Formats: sequence, structure tokens, C-alpha cells
Amino acid sequence: MAEIAVSPAPDLTDVDELARIQRQNRRENLGRMWFKFSRNPLSVIGLLMVIAIILLAIFAEFVTPFPDHVRPFTDFVNAKKPPGGEYLLGTDQFGRDILSRIVFGFRFSLLMAVVVLTLVVPVGVTLGMVAGYFQGTIIDTIIMRITDIFLSVPPLILALAIASVLTPNLTNSMIAVSLMWWPWYARLVYGLSSALRTEYFVSSAETIGARTPHILFREILPNMISPIFTKMSLDVGWVIIIGSMLSFLGLGVQEPQPGLGTMVAKGSDYLPTGQWWMAIFPALAIVVVVLGFNLLGDGLRDLFSAEEV
Amino acid sequence: MSDDIILRVENLRKHFIVGRKGLIKREPVTVKAVDGVSFNVRRGETFGIVGESGSGKSTIAYITMGMYLPTSGTITFNGRDLFGQGDRRPLDLRKEVQIVFQDPGSSLNPRRTIRQILELPLSIHQPEKDRLTEIIRLLELVDLPPEFMHKYPRQLSGGERQIVAIARALATNPSLVILDEPTSALDVSVQGKVLNLLIRLQRELNLTYMFITHDLSVMRNLASRVAIMYLGRVAEVAEAVHFFESPQHPYTQMLLSSIPVLTEAEEALRPAQIRSTGEIPSPVDLPSGCSFHTRCPQVMDHCRHIDPLMVPIDVTGSDHIVRCHLFEQANGQVSS
Repeated sequence: MAEIAVSPAPDLTDVDELARIQRQNRRENLGRMWFKFSRNPLSVIGLLMVIAIILLAIFAEFVTPFPDHVRPFTDFVNAKKPPGGEYLLGTDQFGRDILSRIVFGFRFSLLMAVVVLTLVVPVGVTLGMVAGYFQGTIIDTIIMRITDIFLSVPPLILALAIASVLTPNLTNSMIAVSLMWWPWYARLVYGLSSALRTEYFVSSAETIGARTPHILFREILPNMISPIFTKMSLDVGWVIIIGSMLSFLGLGVQEPQPGLGTMVAKGSDYLPTGQWWMAIFPALAIVVVVLGFNLLGDGLRDLFSAEEV
Repeated sequence: MSDDIILRVENLRKHFIVGRKGLIKREPVTVKAVDGVSFNVRRGETFGIVGESGSGKSTIAYITMGMYLPTSGTITFNGRDLFGQGDRRPLDLRKEVQIVFQDPGSSLNPRRTIRQILELPLSIHQPEKDRLTEIIRLLELVDLPPEFMHKYPRQLSGGERQIVAIARALATNPSLVILDEPTSALDVSVQGKVLNLLIRLQRELNLTYMFITHDLSVMRNLASRVAIMYLGRVAEVAEAVHFFESPQHPYTQMLLSSIPVLTEAEEALRPAQIRSTGEIPSPVDLPSGCSFHTRCPQVMDHCRHIDPLMVPIDVTGSDHIVRCHLFEQANGQVSS
């Protein structure tokens, strides 16, 4: 006679047991999400591109053939070498390896995106969430009108103005981009939060007597994580583009540091004389980063919107 | 007599401003969601409130919970004014009155586990007790297995979610529970289970229910007294038996005669068929006089101009109050 295996009933007062069940639930959730995500090959390609770029950027010193070439360096013998041979993507007018400089350029681009988003997201989300929850009150009016003022200034002009008033360097270009970026998060979250505040679970927490921070951060915020996360992953690409734009205009990463935008700008001087690799490869690198993050972002958006159903 | 009244609602009004009209004076356009409602809920009873959609029954529930401030009128709970301190209701009053919402899909936060959901009222109102033990006790009280505490609401059925919502309402150990159409979003097969649970809990915990529904058959099974609302006003209050067997107000008669029946026994109980005519008027533009005069089969001339008062009648014995000119006598006018 077949034995029927009966797993012992979990001891629910055991804290370790609880933690184990929660870990297991979380693992199962992740597994299910990965299954859905991996249905779309483009998303997986995006994810692989992003992982590759991040790894390259972190280990740039070890994977690039000429890590010295991102510091003050000249080698006029090997200047303007076309792609191939020792210099896979050619060299620039100072004889610096373009491939090495692109890989280090990823580092600055990613740094820009990470710093800008870590500054922008908490500020924009908190302001938008508070304004949305207090919709119709003076708090809403103050926060959202300030947001509107920031939104009404053309973003690139604002960034240009800030970057040119301050000394042009990477830090200041990050400040400039952050200042133009937070209102978009405030706007997105405002809409979500003002819709969520009328949900019964919020009314329930209010009538039970929960404090406002609990309602905002424990009841409302967790329900906005998916759209915020999706916007973040799509924004990485955009921040990198704006950052490259600023450095193209000379307001971001400064020579001899290898900003992708800076490299395109300097390299474009040599386009008419036929040294196309100096501008085209950094430009392609920007395309690859942005494409990777956008594919990943699209995949995450599909994943989260499917989860809502 | 008065000390067995747990909730006293007096002349309650709630007018929502929905817009403004006029270029210069900007007079507010209001919806009179609740317009002069008075009733008493007695300790231990199930006080039913019925009415069509838009009659203001949920608004009364939300005002009682403190989600809205009343435009005028008072609500006293055990002799204490619920709005004595504006919308800053003290915790010991919040604890006493709890609500179960209509839609269990929206009343439980989808991102929080059942354990977290039940922990919130416990942490606010009973911080000294061990929460895990309390959660297990609550789940057992409503016949749910304790391992449910690790689930998210989406992993539960509609009926189970509603039972969790009931458990949450009970977590503060309330004496009055407002049930705002607690079964109308559920399958018929689950409705009975939830209603039986509510009946058992009421008996075990000495709860008072304010039960809001538009389902007259549910009301008939559960309520001890029933108030019927029409356009923000109470049309008739009576004990459930009298309400269903000898309705007095023309609106009640119209409503009861429209219940579909299956058996001859039920048919015998049903008042003579009265054809329901017309639509419920807009609460923005209430009819003058008695608000029911546009649909009333027994409409009289002065109904169009004079609003009737609540009058007690003794057709059926005790405690039957009707707001209708048909029953007004020169001497019998009170306003309760």
C-alpha cells in the first residue's frame, strides 16, 4: 500500500519557519516573473546588453587593452589609426585607443544615470505622492504648481543654463539633469497616488487610525512600485542621452576623461578628413546603451502591466 | 430606554458641492446625498438600511466612520458626539466603530499579506498584545486556517477576502460594525456562508450591526429593524417583521411588490402588485415637497409642496415610523 507523505503542518509561531515560508513565496514569485519576462526575446536581449555593459563598466581596468588611454596620454606615432589590428576600433588624434575609451565612457554614462535617478526618484516620488494624497488641498497646489513651473521650462535649455552658470563638469551636469528630471516623477506619481487614495484599503487604514506616513509609505507606495520601476528603467536610456548631449556641447565630462558625448564631439572634427571611426564608434556605443535599457524597460513594463491584470 | 441606544443619528445632512453655477455669484451646486436623516440603532440589534443606488445609504456609513464630515446634524455613539473634535476622532472612538466595505477586492491592499493587513489595527489599538497570537485568534474566529496570514489578497477567493475584511474589522474589538453591502460583490453560493458567519459573530461577540444593502431578501433574513431610504431621506422605519408584512409607505409597498418570488407562500406575503413608475430623480435637483411625489401612486395635491414629517403609526404596534402625508394627523407629529 502506498504511503501518503504528509508534510508536517508548519509551526506558525516559529519565526524561522515564517521567514522560510516568506523566502519560498518570494522565490516562487521571482520564478514566475522570470518565466513571463523570458517569453519576449527582445527583453532578454535588452537584459543581456545591460548586464554586459554594466560588467564592462565595472571591470573596465581589466577588460580594456589600454587602460592608460583614459588619462593624460599622447602617442602621436599611433594617432588616427583606422580600426583593425592592435587597435580594434582605431585611435584618436592623440593616439588613444577608442575601444578602451568607449568602455570607460560607459562608466561615466552609467554613473550619470545612477546618480541622477537616485537623486530624482525619491524626491519626485515623495512630492508627487504627498500632493496626490492631499489632492485638492493647499499642499497639492503648492507642490504641483512648483512642478508645473519646472516643467514649463524647456528641459534642455534649463540644463544648458544650469550647466553653463556652474563650472562645466560631470557633477554639475548631473545636478542640471536632476533638476529638470524630478517633475516627471512627481507628475506620474501624483496621478497614481490621487487614484489610490480613494481605494477602500486606504479609507480603511485611515478610519482605523493609521498615521499619514504609514498610509503614504506602506499602503500607497507599494502599489506604485511597478510603474515607477518601469519608468526608471526606461529613463536610464534617456538620462544617458541627455548626459551625452550635454557632454557633446562641452558641458559634461571633460577631457581627457572619456565621455561618450565628448568623444563624438571631438571626433566629428575629423569626419570631413575621413577618420570616421573617431565619431561613429562612440555614437554607436550610445545607441547600444540606450537600446539595451529601452528594450529592458519595455520588457519590464509588459511584465508589470501583465501582473496587474 | 435611552441607554440601550448605541448610535443616535439626528437630522443628519451631507451635501456635496459638485460644481458652481452663475458667473458672478458662483452659487454652489450641491448633491443632497443625505438630507435630514434621523434614526437610532439599539445595542445588539441588526439595523438594516435599504434603498436604491444613490439614496445615500453608503454616505451615512462613511459619515459614521468619519470618512466625511456631516454638513449638519449629529451622530452620537454611546452618548459621545462622534464629531465633537472635527475629523480628529480619538482612537478609543475609532476602535468602537468599524466597517466592512462592499468590494473586498479594493478593501484589502494587494501588496500586503493578510498578516500585515491584520497587524495594522492591532498595532494601533492593542499594542500591548502579542500580535502573532492575536492574528491566529482572529483567523480562527472567522474560520480561516492560520496559514492564510502569509497569503496575499489576490491568492484568496472573493468570499475569503471579505472574511478577512470582517476579521480586520473585528481586530479592534468594536461594538458597532457597519456592513456596507458586504455580500453584494460575492457569488450567491458564498453569500450564505458570509451571512452565517456574521450571524454567529454577532451572537458570540455581542456586536451591533448597521447593515446596508439593496438586497431585500438578505435584509429580511438578517435585520431586526429596517429603515428604507429614498433620495437621502428615510421613508419608513419599522421592525423587520412589520416592514415586510405590512409596509405602510407607498415607496416601501412599491419596492416590496417588485421582489421576484418563487413560492406561493412568498406570493401570499407580497403586497398587491404596484407598478413601479418613473425613475429616481436626480439628487442635484430634488423635487419640491415630498421627494417621492413624482413616482407615488397615491400622490395628493399638497405632497407636491409640503415635505411630510416622520410620524409614528400604530397600525402594527410599536415603533413604526412613516414619512408620508397619508399618515399625518394633527396630533401625532414628532420628528424622530
